[in-house]
Amino acid sequence: MATMPASASDLLKSFKLKTKQQELLIRVSILCLVYILAFITRLFSVLRYESMIHEFDPYFNYRTTLYLTENGFYDFWNWFDYESWYPLGRIVGGTLYPGLMVTAVLIYRILRFLRFAVHIREVCVLTAPFFASNTTLVAYFFGKEIWDSGAGLVAAILIAICPGYISRSVAGSYDNEGVAIFALLFTFYVFVKAVNTGSLAWSLASAFGYFYMVSAWGGYVFIINLIPLYVLVLLITGRYSMRLYVAYNCMYILGMLLAMQIRFVGFQHVQSGEHMAAMGVFFLMQVFYFLDWVKHMLSDTKLFQAFLRITVTCAVAVGGIALGLGMVSGYISPWTGRFYSLLDPTYAKDHIPIIASVSEHQPTAWSSFMFDFHILLFLFPAGLYFCFKRLSDATIFIVMYGLTSMYFAGVMVRLILVATPAVCLISAIAVSATVKNLTVLLRSKNKVVQTGSTKGSGGSKSSSKALLDQSQPFQKNGAIALLFGAFYLLSRYATHCTWVTSEAYSSPSIVLAARGAHGNRVIFDDYREAYFWLRQNTPQDAKVMSWWDYGYQITAMGNRTVIVDNNTWNNTHIATVGRAMSSYEDEAIEIIRSLDVDYVLVVFGGVTGYSSDDINKFLWMVRIGGGVFPVIKEPDYLVNGEYRVDKGAAPKMLNCLMYKLCYYRFGEMLTEYGKPPGYDRARGVEIGNKDVKLEHLEEAFTTSNWIVRIYRVKPPNNRW
Amino acid sequence: MDAPIRAREALGFILFSLLFSICRSSSLNHLLISNAERRIDLSSHIVKVYLTLKVENAGSTPTSEVFLSFPPTQVDHLATVEALVTKGKRKKTTLVRLDVKPTELPDAPNDAKYFTIYLANPLKSGESTTLEVLYLLTHSQEPFPAEIAQSESQLVYYRDSALILSPYHIKQQTTFIKTPSTKVESFTRVEPSNRAGTEIKYGPYEDHPPYSFSPILIHFENNSPFAVVEELVREVEISHWGNLQVTEQYTLVHAGARHKGVFSRVDFQSRPTLNGASSLRYLLARLPPRVHSVYYRDEIGNISSSHLRTDSRKSELEIEPRYPLFGGWKATFVIGYGLPLQDFLFETSDDRRYLNFTFGCPLLETVVDKLTVKVVLPEGSKDPSAVVPFPVEQHLETKYSYLDVVGRTVVVMEKKNLVPTHNSHFQVYYTFKPIFMLAEPLMLASAFFLFFVACVAYLHIDLSIRK
Repeated sequence: MATMPASASDLLKSFKLKTKQQELLIRVSILCLVYILAFITRLFSVLRYESMIHEFDPYFNYRTTLYLTENGFYDFWNWFDYESWYPLGRIVGGTLYPGLMVTAVLIYRILRFLRFAVHIREVCVLTAPFFASNTTLVAYFFGKEIWDSGAGLVAAILIAICPGYISRSVAGSYDNEGVAIFALLFTFYVFVKAVNTGSLAWSLASAFGYFYMVSAWGGYVFIINLIPLYVLVLLITGRYSMRLYVAYNCMYILGMLLAMQIRFVGFQHVQSGEHMAAMGVFFLMQVFYFLDWVKHMLSDTKLFQAFLRITVTCAVAVGGIALGLGMVSGYISPWTGRFYSLLDPTYAKDHIPIIASVSEHQPTAWSSFMFDFHILLFLFPAGLYFCFKRLSDATIFIVMYGLTSMYFAGVMVRLILVATPAVCLISAIAVSATVKNLTVLLRSKNKVVQTGSTKGSGGSKSSSKALLDQSQPFQKNGAIALLFGAFYLLSRYATHCTWVTSEAYSSPSIVLAARGAHGNRVIFDDYREAYFWLRQNTPQDAKVMSWWDYGYQITAMGNRTVIVDNNTWNNTHIATVGRAMSSYEDEAIEIIRSLDVDYVLVVFGGVTGYSSDDINKFLWMVRIGGGVFPVIKEPDYLVNGEYRVDKGAAPKMLNCLMYKLCYYRFGEMLTEYGKPPGYDRARGVEIGNKDVKLEHLEEAFTTSNWIVRIYRVKPPNNRW
Repeated sequence: MDAPIRAREALGFILFSLLFSICRSSSLNHLLISNAERRIDLSSHIVKVYLTLKVENAGSTPTSEVFLSFPPTQVDHLATVEALVTKGKRKKTTLVRLDVKPTELPDAPNDAKYFTIYLANPLKSGESTTLEVLYLLTHSQEPFPAEIAQSESQLVYYRDSALILSPYHIKQQTTFIKTPSTKVESFTRVEPSNRAGTEIKYGPYEDHPPYSFSPILIHFENNSPFAVVEELVREVEISHWGNLQVTEQYTLVHAGARHKGVFSRVDFQSRPTLNGASSLRYLLARLPPRVHSVYYRDEIGNISSSHLRTDSRKSELEIEPRYPLFGGWKATFVIGYGLPLQDFLFETSDDRRYLNFTFGCPLLETVVDKLTVKVVLPEGSKDPSAVVPFPVEQHLETKYSYLDVVGRTVVVMEKKNLVPTHNSHFQVYYTFKPIFMLAEPLMLASAFFLFFVACVAYLHIDLSIRK
């Protein structure tokens, strides 16, 4: 024991943090803030509207999650759903990725165990923001792994508010992507870590990350192709190492075995064309290892060269023959349409109209790149430059991830999501490296004045110092200006992200909001009005026919059986519905009766000016129907290649079932002041057929703004 | 206030037992009704019957019980029976409520059911008194035709007797029936009877012996929506931090003539008076004053069509279902609101606390077929007991809410067939130690403390195996 004053000063000293501790404290607090920010920026929709599930697919996920909470895992796994795809039904347990539902239920159970009396809906609504927060942490560690902790922090901040990611992870968008992006980035991070360290533990972790990804989203195919490609690139560039061997083999074998446990994926890892690259690279690794061993054993290089040639030729030949045999015998299935459409963007348009009809499968426009990435779009090439300047196993990975995912993002709008983490990470490298260089420039100048050059700093530092010595005053001002410029850009980015989140990505699309005449907010809650009406006032076993877009919502909110839904697994069935909608009423009623339909539901925006209604989607119904039933021909519905609903419309258009159902008694309706009755506000024309008569169907319900119209199928007349 | 009632009850009980032993059956014969007037109000779907009886004791012994009899079909729909007697003279009259209880009599003709009114003071021989009886009938108007189209108006049958069913001789009686509109399709004539405007008058009839019955059938237009709550679960959760949270789950149905065929939105929007006249467009709920955080939602989310009006004495919540309810259509929804605790929670002199809250359904003009009131007491409260002004079924449950360890005691009360007059207060008494209020904050605080301790420990302990 020392004297009193000494111990007191010791105490004071122990309270004062060391620089390293200060740095840790700042880093942890920034991470905590980013974690919170990522969560709360996604709550716009909850504050604007309410805690509800958005869009279409999330309703299916929500319904299955409810089923899982109520009936337990085994019932869920063996669930045969009679309520969709009537009369076929759907084996739900075998045709979905259960990761999301299981995660939500797990969170729900934990919260319940901790006595938080939450409803499963709240858990579902907040799952995506929660995982987005977790993604920021992974991004930090990933950035730290490939560059340094500064880049990690910047990456965490960028990804926390990047609109490309927010678009799929706002509160309420309870979709597979919400957890899958976390799983994707986690798998990549852990794999890179495994490659860097050669540790079996990290490799095992990446296998589990991959398993989680497989259980959560069909996008796992991207991982199972990117990682082999990366390994191949490393092999070609002569970066083969024992670390890579351990990391890849363990990850591939365990990941594959684990992935087979998911029923929907099954044996695809050994049977489908999309997964063959991974297997090929796996065997290539063994050949490499073998060659390495032989090289080690043989001292004669000439002999080894000859051996190498023979082995490589044999290996390639054996691989090619195996693949060919597999393809011919049908053991290995060819690539699916979706995969083809990724490689060839025009493929879907010509061959699979059902994929082409989905708006999020369209090729990406430049504006949406700008909208979703903003400054990241030009920080990305800068980041690539920095990566190339400091090539390592990790930076090669992120470069490859960035480039491939950028390509896919260009092919399909929805794949911007996959590119977002890479773009954020690479941009973060650019930002971090630039800012670091600039601040080093600013700070080391003083040091130069005071102490001269300091040894031991990085190469970039010393080079900047060399520059600094030549033209000091100009350099300093320039650095300050550049720093301000960078901060200005970043603050613009933050503003843009917040604006995009609040304006574009936070509307649930179930509830529509518009500005009224006096600037007040008008809410159109017609979808739920109709679905709730179905739920309460139709027989329990009623079958509802609608276009497939609304299938999930009708089953989840209306609790009624549907003919087709958003799981577009049976093209013929959808085409049958398309055919019914585009036939004359007396032809359609045959199809409707054969499908045992009780109610027909259409979405109509003519009164409110809501443009994504069934009339505007109608040509896709014709195309998809015509793809299977050649009776339906697209030109019959067009006039000189033009699609119209007014007096000049094609006669078949004016009398098809969809037209009749949408415009039934609409001719009497005054929608807009100063316009004739029957003025369609969504298309801005007066309709062509105002005297719509229905023979076999009758109006059962129309919502208050006419957005959803439900018709009852009349029973056949008595024969006497 | 409590004491006089007790005394009266005790007095009544003594008298009752005395009378029961002396003149059990004779009390029926000794009374007669010198004048009876009945007013039946059919303007809503709840039938309100006001009966004014002038009862005279013609026997020799004083009696304090008067029997009311009802046909068995009416008893099933009888929601409430109240009896009042006027006291005082002329301007200073006050109405005093009397006890009414269902009774069984052994020699009831045609399964007639009885209610006994216990008079406060026994009626001496030769004396007479005037009783005001009010009873409400639910589900007593039968739609005919049972199915109507959107543009048709709703016609209903009402069945009753032109003569008041009574175990006593009635010297003179008159019945007035008020219909909601002048549109009356038909009514049974029992001379003298006539109709003027919205009123049908039966009587006056003179000197009818006990159990006289003359069935009548009235067929008239009633376009008031038949709002029936098939099931209502009200949960009142007490938090001693100052809030009373009420959650009400409704299953609402339009019990009028069933909707048939087409629902046309054009017609409904353009001609609202002619189309869907009997449809249920909105409901009014009367909530206590100082209500806050009101919500109105259903299984699939918030329903945006509701308005709240508050003033210092009451709050009114106007709610529209998602769609107008036609006959046979259903809607389920939840209303929730918070109330300041000090308005409803009080302390008794013996350190017990009690909640004083309304029992029935806050919606106006609705019938509730089955009501469950659940009072969730705070965690750690003991000895709950409920005092309700009418008979209810009671039991206890346990509920787990946020951060509960042992669970909260729930007092559950169930009652069938309720009308708005059941909106009287009930009390739930319990004991609670304020120290329990701190349990949950302390738990949270210690959890965070442990978390930070774990963080500190993690940062200071080197767990690596290799050095």
